[in-house]
Order: sequence, then structure tokens, then C-alpha cells
Amino acid sequence: MASAFEYAPAPESRSVVDIAPSYGLFIDGEFTDAADGKVFKTVSPSTEEVLSEVARAGAEDVDRAVKAARKAFEKWSALPGAERAKYLFRIARIIQERSRELAVLETLDNGKPIKETRDADLPLVAAHFFYYAGWADKLDHAGYGANPRPLGVAGQVIPWNFPLLMLAWKIAPALATGNTVVLKPAETTPLSALFFADICRQAGLPKGVVNILPGYGDAGAALVEHPDVNKVAFTGSTAVGKAIARQVAGTDKKVTLELGGKGANIVFDDAPIDQAVEGIVTGIFFNQGQVCCAGSRLLVQESIQDELLDSLKRRLSTLRLGDPLDKNTDIGAINSAEQLARITALAETGEAEGAERWSAPCDLPSSGYWFAPTLFTGVTQAHTVARDEIFGPVLSVLSFRTPDEAVAKANNSQYGLSAGIWTEKGSRILAVANKLRAGVVWANTFNKFDPTSPFGGYKESGFGREGGRHGLEAYLDV
Amino acid sequence: MPTTAPAFADVTASDGALRRFLHGLPGVDTVGLEARAASLGTRSVKTTSKAYAIDLAISMIDLTTLEGADTPGKVRALCAKGAHPDPTDRTTPRVAAICVYPDMAETAKEALAGTGIKVASVATAFPAGRAALPVKLADVRDAVAAGADEIDMVIDRGAFLSGHYLKVYEEIVAVKAECGDKARLKVIFETGELSTYDNIRRASWLGMLAGADFIKTSTGKVGVNATPPNTLLMLEAVRDFKAQTGIQIGVKPAGGIRTTKDAIKFLVLVNETVGEDWLTNEWFRFGASSLLNDLLMQRQKLSTGRYSGPDYVTVD
Amino acid sequence: MSDRLNVLKTYKLYVGGKFPRSESGRVYEVTTATSATDAAGKGKWLANAPLSSRKDARDAVVAARKAFGGWSGATAYNRGQVLYRVAEMLEGRRSQFVREVAHAEGLSKSKAAEVVEAAIDRWVWYAGWTDKIAQIVGGANPVAGPFFNLSTPEPTGVVTVIAPQESSFLGLVSAIAPVIATGNTAVVVASEKSPLPALSLGEVLATSDVPGGVVNILSGRTREIAVPLASHQDVNAIDLSGADADLARDLEIAAADNLKRVLRPQPVDGDWSADPGTHRLTAFLEMKTVWHPTGTLGASGSAY
Repeated sequence: MASAFEYAPAPESRSVVDIAPSYGLFIDGEFTDAADGKVFKTVSPSTEEVLSEVARAGAEDVDRAVKAARKAFEKWSALPGAERAKYLFRIARIIQERSRELAVLETLDNGKPIKETRDADLPLVAAHFFYYAGWADKLDHAGYGANPRPLGVAGQVIPWNFPLLMLAWKIAPALATGNTVVLKPAETTPLSALFFADICRQAGLPKGVVNILPGYGDAGAALVEHPDVNKVAFTGSTAVGKAIARQVAGTDKKVTLELGGKGANIVFDDAPIDQAVEGIVTGIFFNQGQVCCAGSRLLVQESIQDELLDSLKRRLSTLRLGDPLDKNTDIGAINSAEQLARITALAETGEAEGAERWSAPCDLPSSGYWFAPTLFTGVTQAHTVARDEIFGPVLSVLSFRTPDEAVAKANNSQYGLSAGIWTEKGSRILAVANKLRAGVVWANTFNKFDPTSPFGGYKESGFGREGGRHGLEAYLDV
Repeated sequence: MPTTAPAFADVTASDGALRRFLHGLPGVDTVGLEARAASLGTRSVKTTSKAYAIDLAISMIDLTTLEGADTPGKVRALCAKGAHPDPTDRTTPRVAAICVYPDMAETAKEALAGTGIKVASVATAFPAGRAALPVKLADVRDAVAAGADEIDMVIDRGAFLSGHYLKVYEEIVAVKAECGDKARLKVIFETGELSTYDNIRRASWLGMLAGADFIKTSTGKVGVNATPPNTLLMLEAVRDFKAQTGIQIGVKPAGGIRTTKDAIKFLVLVNETVGEDWLTNEWFRFGASSLLNDLLMQRQKLSTGRYSGPDYVTVD
Repeated sequence: MSDRLNVLKTYKLYVGGKFPRSESGRVYEVTTATSATDAAGKGKWLANAPLSSRKDARDAVVAARKAFGGWSGATAYNRGQVLYRVAEMLEGRRSQFVREVAHAEGLSKSKAAEVVEAAIDRWVWYAGWTDKIAQIVGGANPVAGPFFNLSTPEPTGVVTVIAPQESSFLGLVSAIAPVIATGNTAVVVASEKSPLPALSLGEVLATSDVPGGVVNILSGRTREIAVPLASHQDVNAIDLSGADADLARDLEIAAADNLKRVLRPQPVDGDWSADPGTHRLTAFLEMKTVWHPTGTLGASGSAY
């Protein structure tokens, strides 16, 4: 949108982060090469620039890391909770201190806007460690009986959409409860986890308590399969989640899975419209829609559909897409060429199936992976774009006439992670929320997260909860 | 000329109809509105865009003195300041208007002759608005006769809060008639006294339906004056009103805007809510006094590279 | 050893984030404990502490009330970080408190160090409670009807803390921290004979992001200060830890006038190093239960 008031570029300084040309695996407190010497490159998705070369973990490395974690477990789990707490508080504080550096790093490696890493990811990461730090010496009060015991070694596999935040969601509760961890970050976003290794060093965390293994799916599978892993925590696609569920069958490994979603954002005719428009935008365009709990299906009451869509389109025209390091950027890059191809293919399917496609007018940068914010209108439950998780900045708009129709459509999905309700009527919020088969229901807001609040899905969106008092259960032998 | 947009002629037919209309407007979610305003407040406006914003902001100021101690001398000093905000730099834009009490309007008019700067006068028993309608109208008549180009009236908050919307409406209509084609009318809601965002949205529509040329947040005389959320909400109202009627209404946040940083945040709200149609002093104003000097110091910083100080701008 | 003369500290009250002298203009002499074993010797003069008057107590209540809105309205996360900051700042002043506690309680340096470390860890313990107590004591209630029903604890208001007389620091911290962790504000009456660690704690709080007025610390004759606080109509609760049996009864009677919440001296109060549990947190909470109809989706049965 051309305007007399154009914002001059306002890039966050890249010099606040010092990325080494290469990184090893972090095992038993040391950086080390992979046993087979393999490496892979991690690129900045907004420019395709190679940021660093990272050791690629294989099965042998997984075994070494699990052994280190096992060795560390005895002492770590025997520490008084108050001492474990102090380590975690230290980590939380160091993250706060280094948050600008980590925000820039995350933006470079992931492609998401600095506005989000600075104002959402990093504050939530620090808060998560701070919150679980406080639990370490209070487990007797958590509602799982007296002196609940840790499980042992946790094998954790995390995705690329919120690399450091997902690490925090996994590591903080695991350590607070006395487990040790082996964590595999995603192959497209290994860097913040490796910087976290350095934070563990600064905090004086005992060796082997946290081990970081950058790598691909084979390393993740080896970690899940390892016989000396007691707990598997996975966040990622439903397909991989199902494979993990099969892998652990017949073992006594405890499992939590946080998988895909196709969240319904339901807007009633008595909604606070301007705020609903913001909520829809946040719901699907936060992190380029690469959010498992994204409100990717807009269910709008027919009586206000035209008015709402006009407002939404006008609002989308003001979104600023471009350099993720620019402080005024709202929409950053798609994380990888592979993900971009998947989004593109699904959008093409939407068009082929007859849904009407609309994109905000915006210029896409010539290098990097980009996808303009996109709406599909005239979508029904029968369209692929209403059923499959796109994991990108694509919103499917459906309409409904009555609350029960809205609920029926919202629930008509294999997934059940999140939902949104927009209405000024309190009893409608609660009645609809009661009927929704989803793990998180936001009313008159969307995509809100807090370490005290449990998060997780129904149905094929996975099982187990992360966050809050409830998040402790996944790491306790209860 | 009908004062009410034809599309809405029926909603002002009775107190009941007006109430049903105003209470039928979409609600405002407080947390969401404030979050949106705060989010726009994080926009980073630097270098060339900052220079543009500073000059734009200066040109939008209704430079104001509304004190019991005002004298012709004080008003003339303010007028001189408005015409040449920075005597060391003649490229500095002039302010939009000088805002005074009605008895000072004539002095201001004389002092501003030939500058193109408007005279704005508060009226209608400003700031409380507690007087009989004929007294308020006489106040307006006086100001217009003294040469005021713009009238800043206050609504009857007591009537509004007790639900007598039609009374408020009719009063605005009467003041508007008094302004005739001589003066543009700014309607002050005193948002701090209306208290809720729902009320601010209702007042905005009420004012626009009654023929306001501008809707304005505050008198500057109560605890809470212009804020980013209440101004964002009023911008949304003028945006929606234009979409439905084709009629453009101006917005004036007033009171409490003291720094360049604050002013730029408001301009970002304008830019991203209603767009460039409003990015001119015909449609957006700042009611302020100390803001001007901060803008001037920031302007000097941009041109010299050094931080300026209060000794390098003029007092008025 | 240099023969340089020490600069002595003037101990002052801590009220509303400032460090006033007592309105009374009076002080009283504070000496080392009679059991002191270190170089200072037994019963040696340490400092003159302010002798607070009832007017100082009144000012402290005004300050605590003024601070209550902001402190209770802060997020639990924010309060947790502030309490943790107190631990950080205290760690940096460890040696000062070890000396003061050794003098005050007649402890060896190593024993005093243990006490101070336990006090630092106690701030950490309560820092972790700020955003968890609601999850432990509140929750949804499954009422038999179409209603959402949720109970949430809220701070009771301004709490007077009669700090333990013997445990001048660990006991003091153990009493103050839970009161403010949950969002109350405190008026603290320091140990009468050993007020110096308490007055020094004020200096730590003032530099730890604790807003002024959240904790107010008075030194002087316990009974003289406690009686007007116990009867003060704008105080919501009182912790009697440091009151002897006679005083505790008198204060409880005075407190009944506006039905202050009263935490009586606890049998466990002798051993402040024990696991504190949650009773000091819950003592100063009110439980609020909210009902809201849920209803059904529509007037007629579902078409789906």
C-alpha cells in the first residue's frame, strides 16, 4: 500500500549475534563432531545465505548422548529440588540477558520477523524456564502425590517453527522434575539450540544433563527408538507422531505428542469486529501461519460475512512483508524451500477445487522463500484447504448460520488442537467452548501462550499437555 | 444542507431510535483494542520517515493556551511561535491553528493575519459544558463573530452518561448551525469521563451523525486525555463512517501528547488505520502545547546530528 | 591493619520506598546478643535504631495501602521476578548480613552464613510460588447446573507482620516473603532487640525492583507499634509470629474489631529452617468464586 508515510528501513543490527562457521554436537558438556563426520548447512530462509555448517548426528551419536544423559541422571535427579531450581532460574536470567542476541539469531535461522522473536518467542522462552524453575522444589505440591520421581532420560524432538520456544517447552519441565535430556532440534533451525548449549555452560549446568543433537529425521527416529530412553516428547507433524506412537508400542516409554491442527476461528455476528479482525490476522499470519494451533479455518456467521471479509482484506493490505530483521516487518519468510513447495501445492489444490483465492497485494523479495498472505473464500468442508493442515499463511473462509452449525463444522476435523470464539455474549462463549473438541479455546483473543497454561491437543493433534502444573505429569513417574 | 448523513436519517428520529442504533454498534474488546494500539506503537520510524513525520506533526498542531491567566500578550506570543516555530530554521512548517478561549479569538485573529494559520476557539462553556443551551450558543456566536475558523465544543457528558443521547445530538446540531459555513466544528467527547471504549465508539457515531467536522478526544483538563487506544477507536469510527456515507470526518487527539515519540505513534495509528487520506492537517490534528518544542528539538537533532536542549527552542 | 576509623551506618526506617528517621525523633540502643562469641563481644553497642511511634505505624499503613493496587495488580510472573531479584541482590550483600546476623543472634560466622543462605533460598522458594499458588488452591468447581464456576485466590490487602523476635533474619524473611508473594503489602515490625538485619533488608528491597510501599519496616518497641496496627481499620490481616502469648492475645482481640485475618504464632516458628510449606501463603488470601451461565447452543435442539 503506497502511502506518503512510508517507513524507512529499520533493521535490527545483525552484529549483536556472532555465528560461528561451524558447530558440533553438544554431548556431555562438550561440542564434538559427529561419529561419521557428517555435517549439514543451515541457511537463512529470507536470503538463502548459509549461516553455518552443523554436525549431523547419527545413531552412534544418539547412543553416546543417551549414555551421557543416563550417567548424569543419577546425580541430577538426586539433587535437592531447590538446587535444580536455582540452575533453571540462572538459565532463565541468562536468556533474558541475551534475549536480543537470541532473537536476532532465531530470526536469521527461522525467517520469522524480529518483532515476533523479540516480543513473543524470547519473552516466552525466559518465562517458561522461570516458571518451571519454581516447580523444581515444589513437586510435592503439584498434585501427583508425595515425592514424585522423574522418569530418567528424555528424548525430545522439536520442530522448526518456534525453535527456542519448543526447546524451552521440552527442557524446562524435564529438568525441573529431575530428568536429563537429549534434544534434537529441526534440521532447518539448529542454531538457537546450540546457543542454548552455551547458556547451559554459563549457568554451570552439570555435564550431560542437557545434550543437543542437530540432525535429520533419522537421528530423531534413533533417539525415539533408543532402548535407554524413558520418555519421548515430540512436537511436529501428525504423520511422524503416528510413526512414533508405533515405534514405542510395547515399550514402557512415556510419550507426549504435540502435532498438527486445523483450528477453527468462529466469528459470531455480535463479535467485537475490529478486534476479531485482528484476532483472525494474528490467528493465521503469526509466524507466517507456521503454527500448529493456527486459526486456519475462519468460520464466520453468514449475516456479517461480507462486512467482515471487507475489513479483513483491508487489514491484510496493511501487512508488511519483507526483511525479517526489519523491526516493521509483520510477515517474514517461509522456513524452507520444502515448506514453501508444500504451501504452494496446497494453495493450488484449493484453486483447482474451486475455492476463490485472494492475496494481499505485496511484492515478494527475489531471493529466499516467500508466500503472500492468502485467503480462500467459498470454502466448504469438502475442500482440501478446509481439511488439510497447510502450515502457511493461508486462511480458508467458511460460513455458518447458527451456533450449533458452527460447532459441528469446527469439530468436523481429524484434528483438535485449538479454536477461537468471537462474541460479546459470555454464555455463548462458554456454551460453544464446552462443545468444542479442542485442547485450547481462545475467546475474543487468539494465539495466546503462557507458561502457566497447559497446551495440547485432542484427537490427532496429539496427547499430553505442555505448560502449567499439568505439564509436569509428562516427566514424572506418576 | 441536512446535518445528518441521509443513510442514517431515521436513527435520529427519536431518543429510542438513536439509543437502539448506538447500542447496536459492534462492541469493543478492551484488551484487543489496547493490544492493537500497543503493537502499532512498536513501529520503528527512523531517518527520512522520521523527518517526514516530525514536519507533518508540527503542521497538525493546534497550539493551545487555555488558562485563566491568558492575556492578549500571551496569545500574541503563542501566535508568533505558531507562525515561526523555529526562528533558526525557516523551513519549519507552521502549526495548523492557535486554540484559545473565545475572548482571545479576536486577538489571535489579528496576530495571525496573513499566516494561513487558523484560529480555533473552544466554546459551549468549555471545559465542563455545564450551561444552558442558549448560553452555549451565545458562546459559539461570540467566537465565530470574533473570527474563529474552528469551534471546539464539548458535549454534555452528563446527558450522555444518563442516556439522553438525543439531547446531546440536538445540542451538537444547534452548535453546528451556529457555526454555519464560517467555522468547522470539532466535537470534544472528554473520553476520560465517558470511561468505556463502548461509550467512546457511541459518542463518535453520535458526533458524526450530528454533523461534526472533527471528533476530538479531550479538553486536556481531566486525568485521562488522548491515548493511543481511544484515538485508534475514533479513527476506526471515522473510517467506518466514511465507508458507509462517503463523508470524511477529522480526528483530534488532545491532551497528554508531549513527546515526538508519542506524536509519531499517533501518526502511525492514522497511517495504518485510515491511511493517507487523513495524513494532512485538514483531517488530523494534535491538541497540544509542549509537544511543539519537543518536535523542534528532534527536528534540530535530525538536521545537525546533535541532541538539542531546551535552551535552543523558544518558550512562549 | 589500617587504623582508619570506620564510617558507621545510621539505621533508618523503610517506609513508602524511602528511608525516614522515626517521626518520634527518638532512637534506642541495639547491642550484640548476650551469647555473641565473635570479636565484637557480648552486649556491645552496635547502633542506635529508630524508635518508631504510632504515627510511623500510621504512615506505614498509608504507604502500604497506596502500594497495594499496583502490587496486587502486577502479574504473578512479574512478582516472581521481583522476589527473585531480592535473592540476587541479597546474595551480593551476603557478607554484610552474615556479620549482622552473627551479632544479632550470637551465632558463629559459619552458622550465621547458613542462616543467610537459607534466607536467600527462601526468597527463591517464594519467587516460584507467585504464579503457582492459584493453581494449587484455586480451580474449576463442577457445580450441578449450566454454570461455569471458578475459584481464584486473591490477596487480602495490607498485612501487619510482627516479625519473629529471635530469628531476626531468616524468620523475618520467612514471614515477609509469603505475604508479598501473593500480592499483599506489608507493614513489618522488626525484632525488638535485633532490628538491624531487618532495617538493612529494607536497603536490599529498595534496590530490588520492589515498588515503594510494598514492604515497610519499623523498628522499636514491639508492643507500642503493634497495638495501633492491630486496631487499625485499614489493615486487613496480621501475622503474630513475633508476639509473646500475652501480646498475641491482646492483638488478636484488637484485630477482631474489623475482623482482620490473624495468623497466630505457629508451633513450628521456632525452627525457621524447616520446609515452609504453603500455610503462610494461604493465610493471607481471599478466595473469590465466579459464576457464569453456560447455557446451550440454541433455543431448539441441534440440527447437527
